[in-house]
Amino acid sequence: MSRIDADTTSAAIRARPARRRRYALERDGVLGSLMLGPAVLYLVLVVGYPLVLAIMYSFSDVTVGSSRFDFAGLATFKTAIHDPHFPAVVAHTFIITGISQALVVVLCTILAFTLAANFRGKWFVRFLVLMPWTTPVALGAIIWLWMLDSIFTPFNWFAQQLHVIGPGEQLNLLGHAGLATASVIAVQTWRTLPLATVIVLAGLSSIPRDVEEQAEVDGAGFWRRLFGIQIPLLAPVILVAVLFGIVFTFTDMAVVFILTGGGPGDATQVLASWAFYKGINGGNLAVGAADALFMFPVLLGLAIVVLMMASGRREKS
Amino acid sequence: MSSSSARRPRTIRGSIGLYLIVFFFAVLCGFPFLWATITTFKTNQDLYTTGHNPFAFTQAPTLDNITTLFTTTPYLHFIINSVVIGIVTVGITLVLSVPASYALARLTGRWGLPMAIGIFVVYLVPPTLLFLPLSRVITVLGLQDTIWSLVLVYPGFTIPLSVWLLLGFFRSVPRDVEEQAQVDGYSKVGALVRVVLPLVAPGLFTVVVFTFTLTMQDFIYALAFVSSSSQMTISVGVPTNLVRGDVFYWQSLMASAMIVAIPVAVIYNLFLRKFIQGFTLGAVKG
Repeated sequence: MSRIDADTTSAAIRARPARRRRYALERDGVLGSLMLGPAVLYLVLVVGYPLVLAIMYSFSDVTVGSSRFDFAGLATFKTAIHDPHFPAVVAHTFIITGISQALVVVLCTILAFTLAANFRGKWFVRFLVLMPWTTPVALGAIIWLWMLDSIFTPFNWFAQQLHVIGPGEQLNLLGHAGLATASVIAVQTWRTLPLATVIVLAGLSSIPRDVEEQAEVDGAGFWRRLFGIQIPLLAPVILVAVLFGIVFTFTDMAVVFILTGGGPGDATQVLASWAFYKGINGGNLAVGAADALFMFPVLLGLAIVVLMMASGRREKS
Repeated sequence: MSSSSARRPRTIRGSIGLYLIVFFFAVLCGFPFLWATITTFKTNQDLYTTGHNPFAFTQAPTLDNITTLFTTTPYLHFIINSVVIGIVTVGITLVLSVPASYALARLTGRWGLPMAIGIFVVYLVPPTLLFLPLSRVITVLGLQDTIWSLVLVYPGFTIPLSVWLLLGFFRSVPRDVEEQAQVDGYSKVGALVRVVLPLVAPGLFTVVVFTFTLTMQDFIYALAFVSSSSQMTISVGVPTNLVRGDVFYWQSLMASAMIVAIPVAVIYNLFLRKFIQGFTLGAVKG
């Protein structure tokens, strides 16, 4: 790289002054492509190409057993949509993502403000807050599976102490459709909260102090400063935080796979886990790919949000 | 997090309120880990007896469950696999995303922004969508059932994030710095390596930590591409080896989670300020 660089530099020096600037710009372009090229090529190979394949699969009738690849048009999508469970699976996906991320928006904001304050034992509290994020999601889900075990959950004991249930009775938290859904929402909230909090903390530390101090001097009270100044300033950062949360939750299959297996019945099945069960366990790659593709419109919507944020930034700068 | 931005409640009522909120969040985030820790040290007889306070030890705590984990399961192999995969993925990610991000920030002119957005949008394509076709690709490449299949696919989501995070850092370095370095006789690449990279060190640090954590978080690729225990990561190895049919080795399962989570959380906590700086420039201002 450096030798090529040296050669072009000496060439640029030899060139007449008028052409030198243009030459340098060209060199920027060449160097830019050289630096950008490998990353783009890698992404095309491991994301772009399989994405095209996934779309092709969903228009075909390919299965795990055979690599026969017949064009099936929209037949696969029809099979996927006409599955009697499909509407419920889509609904679960939205309910679980929507509720958990709404909770994360509120909780991460409060938690970020809390961690920005001074209090005793802050190091340990921060450690506890970070733990759900540093535990691999599969292992976090296993901890919850044990914590919500029908017989040995500590919540049975709490409920018995509070006389919510009689001695020897069980809550069976993962056995009821509603409670199982709530459990999945709880795990998703729990595991996406730390990163969101860190991002909001980053935003909080970038708010200029003088803005708030000026407001205080002007006589704005705590709540007024919070909702009138800080939260509006933080809004774009909270949006970034929740964007990550939505991507993590909406596309996740590990929590459902480990915690409920989609059950009881199919009460907690989401698009990601559904695609896995259909595509791998059911052996129908085409239908699995089609199911997974139904996540795409939402992710495309998120991409547009990213796009709008980026252009907003450009206008500002 | 700096001392100037730290707020201290001024009234006793405010202080009590603060500690109540702190307690609430400590329980919310930490309770599952309290339960996992207590479980880890319980004997079978103690654990599987109901009716008494489940948080108390009716029998003396035991280390047997941790010993079991290391002696009768390939847990140590899972850790080694995860670490190797993490390190190699971090390497590939840095080698490809640092120049790409720098080029987007400086060299590609009006193509910079659309390309940057394009690369970030790649991050939004979920593994859940890609794992089916990728399993075919990996078979064709002969990488099935090896850790290298995961090393190959993980940069697919770590590169876009790294490019995006680093972009804010490269933009925050004034152009004068490089121009001065070039006047001093460095080539463009030389100026990047010797002058710009040290300035964006907090960004590189954030990318390393974040990339490593993301590789540990993956479940679906590891589940789909690897089937022999010797090649498994922690995420997949633990549930498949410590759950045999209907038998869950709960204490060892809890131990396996805590052994991974604690060191990583300590590292995060030690470097949290740096990490927050990384996000401030990358995600917040980028």
